[in-house]
Amino acid sequence: MFETKSGIFFIAGLLFFGFAFLSNAVIPVLMYKDLPEKKVEELINPHLRYQFEDLAQRYPEQFKKVYGEPPEGEQEASDWYDAKCAEALRVGHKVYVGEGCWHCHSQFVRPVSNESKRWGPVSTSEEYQNELQRPVLFGTRRVGPDLSREAGRRSSDWHAVHFFRPQDLSEGSPMPRYPWLFDGSADKPNERGLGLITYVQWLGTWLDSYPYYEDYIESPIAELEKELAQSEPETESEGSEGEQ
Amino acid sequence: MSETEQTTDPVEVPRHAELVDEQVVAWYFLASLVYFMVSLSGGFLMAFQLIRHNPLDGVELLSPGRWRMVHTNAIAYGFLANAFLGMLHWVVPRLTLHPVLDRRLSRLIFGAWQFVVLSTAAGLLLGEAQALEWGETPVWIDPVAQLGLLLVAINFMAPICKVQGPLYVTLWYFIAAFIWTFLTYAMGNFVPEYFVTGSSAGAVGGLFIHDLVGLFVTPLGWGMMYYFVPILLKKPIWSHGLSLVGFWGLAFFYPLQGIHHFLYTPIPMFLQYGAVLSTIAVELVVTTVVINFFGTLWGDGRKFWDNMPIRWFYTGMVYYFLTCFQCALQVTMTFQQLIHFTDWVVGHAHLVMFGVFSMWLLGVMTYLFPRLLKREWYSRTLSEWHYWLSTGGILFMAGDLILGGLFQGWSWMGLQPWDHSVEISQPFWATRIVAGLAIFGGQLCFIWNLYKTWQLGPAVDSGSTPSAERAVAE
Repeated sequence: MFETKSGIFFIAGLLFFGFAFLSNAVIPVLMYKDLPEKKVEELINPHLRYQFEDLAQRYPEQFKKVYGEPPEGEQEASDWYDAKCAEALRVGHKVYVGEGCWHCHSQFVRPVSNESKRWGPVSTSEEYQNELQRPVLFGTRRVGPDLSREAGRRSSDWHAVHFFRPQDLSEGSPMPRYPWLFDGSADKPNERGLGLITYVQWLGTWLDSYPYYEDYIESPIAELEKELAQSEPETESEGSEGEQ
Repeated sequence: MSETEQTTDPVEVPRHAELVDEQVVAWYFLASLVYFMVSLSGGFLMAFQLIRHNPLDGVELLSPGRWRMVHTNAIAYGFLANAFLGMLHWVVPRLTLHPVLDRRLSRLIFGAWQFVVLSTAAGLLLGEAQALEWGETPVWIDPVAQLGLLLVAINFMAPICKVQGPLYVTLWYFIAAFIWTFLTYAMGNFVPEYFVTGSSAGAVGGLFIHDLVGLFVTPLGWGMMYYFVPILLKKPIWSHGLSLVGFWGLAFFYPLQGIHHFLYTPIPMFLQYGAVLSTIAVELVVTTVVINFFGTLWGDGRKFWDNMPIRWFYTGMVYYFLTCFQCALQVTMTFQQLIHFTDWVVGHAHLVMFGVFSMWLLGVMTYLFPRLLKREWYSRTLSEWHYWLSTGGILFMAGDLILGGLFQGWSWMGLQPWDHSVEISQPFWATRIVAGLAIFGGQLCFIWNLYKTWQLGPAVDSGSTPSAERAVAE
């Protein structure tokens, strides 16, 4: 049996493989079968919509070129933005996968190694139950930081410049340039560029902690506010979310 | 029981030319070497990017992110798969004493497989990847590759099925590899893309990456060792019992470990622990296999130095033991906290893929090219350079990356700003390039040597050394 064709074919080849598939794949699949998988359209939330409409403000020409113009009427325009936002998410996801972003950036915060201090809440199963995690983007290596709570931490302008030439914003970054996501300059993201920015601005918008900031980076705003409060007592608006 | 049974009736042994289509073997080897060089070049692009001196930065079709995928896929499907197929076309007919099902089918598969590899490369360079490590093959190529794997299995299973009685160890591994590769490819490329999502897709994806190493590359590699080592040492494998333990232990424990690639993810903890335990179990099995092979070498230590292929094989086995020992440590939750996502894992992967399986295949090529070309190697010195640059280069690279990974892990755990982990990696990444250049230089020696050997023209006395290996099983 242990040295015959049929023994090896059926026991080692099929049975052992099947047993492993059952225990390592079918069990988790069955455990999570009641978690519904969300379509891209269901992923759009107010945070993301805000970021997406913000793109229309920041890059009006490019936005119009790629997506056209919203229709008249409040409801129609809102539906239109939702539809275009879903389209952008799909394009962005394709770029994220095709450029191999996921080989240097993970999308999961582990419960160890102080990761929740750096990036916020530990990842949970439901976060991955959507069409854009097909196949799942846990990642394999972190040359750059985890991105699963990246949304809202930086402005879309920051991302545009960063994709165009990362070293302009993060000195010493080994990240490659992606000029083909732009029509010539950093203020002209094309369809892929707008899509990728939308995608990155979506990562983590579903969490209560959105937007999550690393608590060890001292924000200059607090210092400035203190100085301001000392010199002239005045009600202060919320800090901008731009600089990190 | 014993492998010598097949040769009890020497009159029946068919002639080598009726068994082996040498041209196909040579084609596969040459194709694999081309992809090997492509893969190494892709690795350099990424390596230069990491040290921030990529001279080709900003060119879409040369983007390091895309070439990183070409790098890994060209090794798996371009180099390893082609070289293994060449090896199979030599080994299977000689071991079973039956030719493959159809020589035309072999040639068809050769063409189809190059189509799969080249279109994978084209798809990846055009940004059409699928988000699965080692399964980035664009979705529209997957069915073609699947069909190709089926044809490969049929082509080689035909002669194997004609063998009467118990099979030799090599064929256990090969039969299993044909089924496993087919099933693994189907599982990895279709299930997470079309059927499941999220964490459970992660479990399937982990199983795929793992099985591709464990159930495609590993059984073909070990099957190959069980064939060539006894032939070159001119004596049987030390212990048949250990061969049995090694095969069945691998067959049972190896497929159970996929989830160890995603420890501390939202995949249920009891499944993660199961994967960790079976990983440690398989390292014990691996130890028995390595012991078996060193038992076989025992008393013939001199051959390690004199016989180049034997040196390649046993060096690979030493690296195999090292990398498996490393794995038994890194798979524990304790090590995972620190080293997951770091270059430690990258070092491990290079040690396995280059240090073990590529080295074995290069050893097989060193052995077979003189037989395919009917002439001795042009230069032993170049062969030595090939060996020493490869062996030294990979040890240097793996050691460097593994160490670098520890420092990255400590930097992250200590909540240093992210840039800190990138800065401290620079010396390690620079060292890696030097190691990579050594490996690359080694392969250049090999290719130059091959070219000069080819130029020599066939040996006049063709009945001499190489063809003296005609008797199939030792």
